[in-house]
Amino acid sequence: MTAADRVTNILVVGIGGQGVMTAAEMLARAALAQGYDVKKTEVAGMAQRGGVVSSHVRFGPKIYSPQIDPGEADLLIGFEAAEALRWLPYLRPTGVAMVNTLRLAPPVVSAGLYDYPLDPIGELAAAGIAVHAFDAGALADELGNSKLVNTIMLGAISDYLPFPATVLEECIVAGFRAYKPKLADINARAFAAGRAAGHV
Amino acid sequence: MNAVVHAQAESRHLLSGNEAVARAVWEAGVRVAAAYPGTPATEILENIAQYPDIYSEWSVNEKVAVEVAIGASLAGSRALAAMKHVGMNVASDAFMTQALAGVVGGLVIVVADDVGLSSSQNEQDSRYWGRFGHMPILEPADSQEAYAMVKRAFDLSEDYEVPVIVRMTTRVCHVKAMVMVSGERIEHRAAGFQKNPQRWVMTPANAKPRLPLMHERERNLRDLAEISDLNETFSGSDRRIGFVTSGPAFMHVRETFPNAPILKLGFSCPPPLEKIRAFAGQVDSIVVVEETEPLLETELRAAGISVYGKDILPRFGELAPNVLRPAIKQLLNEPCEAPIRVQSGVFPRPPTMCASCPHLGPYFALSHIRNLNIIGDIGCYTLGAGHPWNALDTCTCMGASLSMAHGMDKGRGESDEKKHMVAVIGDSTFLHMGMQGLLNLIYNRGNVTVLLLDNRSVGMTGGQENPGTGLDLHGLAAPRVDFAKLAEALGIRPERIRTVDPYELPTMVKLVREEIKMNEPSIIITNRPCSLTDRFERFKPYAVLDEKCTGCGNCIDLGCPAIFVARRETVMTKSGKSKELSFARIDSNACTGCHLCVGTCAPEAIVQNLPMPPHSRQPIWIHTVP
Repeated sequence: MTAADRVTNILVVGIGGQGVMTAAEMLARAALAQGYDVKKTEVAGMAQRGGVVSSHVRFGPKIYSPQIDPGEADLLIGFEAAEALRWLPYLRPTGVAMVNTLRLAPPVVSAGLYDYPLDPIGELAAAGIAVHAFDAGALADELGNSKLVNTIMLGAISDYLPFPATVLEECIVAGFRAYKPKLADINARAFAAGRAAGHV
Repeated sequence: MNAVVHAQAESRHLLSGNEAVARAVWEAGVRVAAAYPGTPATEILENIAQYPDIYSEWSVNEKVAVEVAIGASLAGSRALAAMKHVGMNVASDAFMTQALAGVVGGLVIVVADDVGLSSSQNEQDSRYWGRFGHMPILEPADSQEAYAMVKRAFDLSEDYEVPVIVRMTTRVCHVKAMVMVSGERIEHRAAGFQKNPQRWVMTPANAKPRLPLMHERERNLRDLAEISDLNETFSGSDRRIGFVTSGPAFMHVRETFPNAPILKLGFSCPPPLEKIRAFAGQVDSIVVVEETEPLLETELRAAGISVYGKDILPRFGELAPNVLRPAIKQLLNEPCEAPIRVQSGVFPRPPTMCASCPHLGPYFALSHIRNLNIIGDIGCYTLGAGHPWNALDTCTCMGASLSMAHGMDKGRGESDEKKHMVAVIGDSTFLHMGMQGLLNLIYNRGNVTVLLLDNRSVGMTGGQENPGTGLDLHGLAAPRVDFAKLAEALGIRPERIRTVDPYELPTMVKLVREEIKMNEPSIIITNRPCSLTDRFERFKPYAVLDEKCTGCGNCIDLGCPAIFVARRETVMTKSGKSKELSFARIDSNACTGCHLCVGTCAPEAIVQNLPMPPHSRQPIWIHTVP
């Protein structure tokens, strides 16, 4: 079976306001540009208030259910370390986790009611899956804009997709060229930086 | 602007169900659209507002929205009302009678059920309204179907002179999927209102003759459903089980059992019983997969069709593949792998109020005053029930705070003898359904202290406008209600109407303490905008001077997510008791300089000495783990 014949499941997770839904939208558009049938879903009702956000992207020859079953995700993109760990049960044993090492604590953790996991990346690796973790925020700061994290994370997973990385890159950069042309170049550089980091 | 607004016919787009509805509404020639915001339906009207040639408005509540749509329909215009499932309860008074009288211009009510309860106070199945009001229901399963069915719904409404319900769920509204946009707008001109008292004045004498007509209409609709192409059979080689399903549950069934025969009901009410009976004859057993109530299942059993349903499937929630698979395998006596545990042991991340939220001060006050029964309402301030405030005791429905507090006062038990009744409600909820409760408690000489938390926005659904904000759906200037004058007009004495800056914490606490002691209704109105809206003004961030912080933890009690505990220490007090100290820090990226926390800090350790951060739109409710 070739990649084009099967369904690809990508789970993007993080916290409201981090750009999880935007990243998922970019992946969906790139898959659409490749001619796949695509569905994207999320439950984000109250997530705007600092809650958990997860966005499911599914593409393939024909997609029915928009939801990814536990154990069925091919790719897990974690915008935050503990969130990647929370959603680990959705990843296949052969899946890949791409994780931003950022650690964000909600008030219930800050107040001492719960503990933040000591080593979420280590726990992910211990589960036997392929984990790639890096500090996307630091890369974004090096490029001079902390909002580039989103593009960096997409660059990082771009070589793990069933279509060429350039398709995703073109989708992102074309969007900026159309609506915010001043940011097109810097996003292209962020994508490249993420792409390099994704192989670590 | 949304690209689909300018989409040419015969072009493909990735659209949410809500966006697809909006495009269909425009193409259908709708002239009037009204809604009240509510997850997951909010974006329907927000998208409609971007199209030309449609009058669209945020109505003050769902009943008003439906009545506006009815009026437009009677004038001959095609009209739409959109709402979430609980909005139907509010609107039902209007449509239950109009369904009897009928409509002129196509009238469609799009309702979004929050199956799985991601952002609602209950889980309701709006398909009951079709049976209750004798109105047809169309159930799209994805965006493409939402687009197609909304257009069909307007034709159906005009052909049968009946309001049509399009029943969506979260997994249609908020799922983005491929949509082939096939048409352009077709104008439907309004003929104007034709006076006909026997038809439109629903007195008993006029309404009674409508009853047989309504039932005849329903019989005709049932005949139509039997032959409608919206009720589609999918053949399958594995005939042990045939599925009867509707809405997004169809997608889950098709995904999980690709070889099973399926009868998919797009035109699900009145149910095509004979079509289902014929389908049942082609398979060994029927399983009805419906979200969420056992509605069709019960109707099929009553018609003598033997089916499985909620006896083998969960009684509530989404019927996703991981739910369907084990239930069906068990029915077939087939082995099924143990379900994957999705509990990871990671801490919870409950929704919380934002940094510098204008509700933080009022909740700090409420959490520090004893002997209060705090009766809440629907909105961001419902979060006051959570950590660290624990200062909200009830939440039922839109506007209930005032009336329930009044009832709790009148029906107070012995243990409530010293309790003060406080109602907490936001601006939009107050205008939606709270005013009547306030009028009622004033008229009936009640004694409730009302906190009207006016943040000039419908906060929880994303900051929409309302009659208290001064802007309309399109961002244009609109008359703005004066809450203080309104309260006075309803009968609260001017002395008991107190307007307060919620960031002036000592004043805030003092006012609540004063007003709860009064033996008459009083209202405290806060006057700062939601910190996520453009109306909110950001100032230089504050910081904690470590050398001055005594670890008292008062500022932490505000629940502002910009403030966090940097260090804990346990010390012995003079009396020999151990005491936990929490030394605070402020995340300068998250802090907006609202200065609320300054009011909690006796040692004056919180100071404003940092420059403005470069990014004024950071996520303002989170901070990094030190």
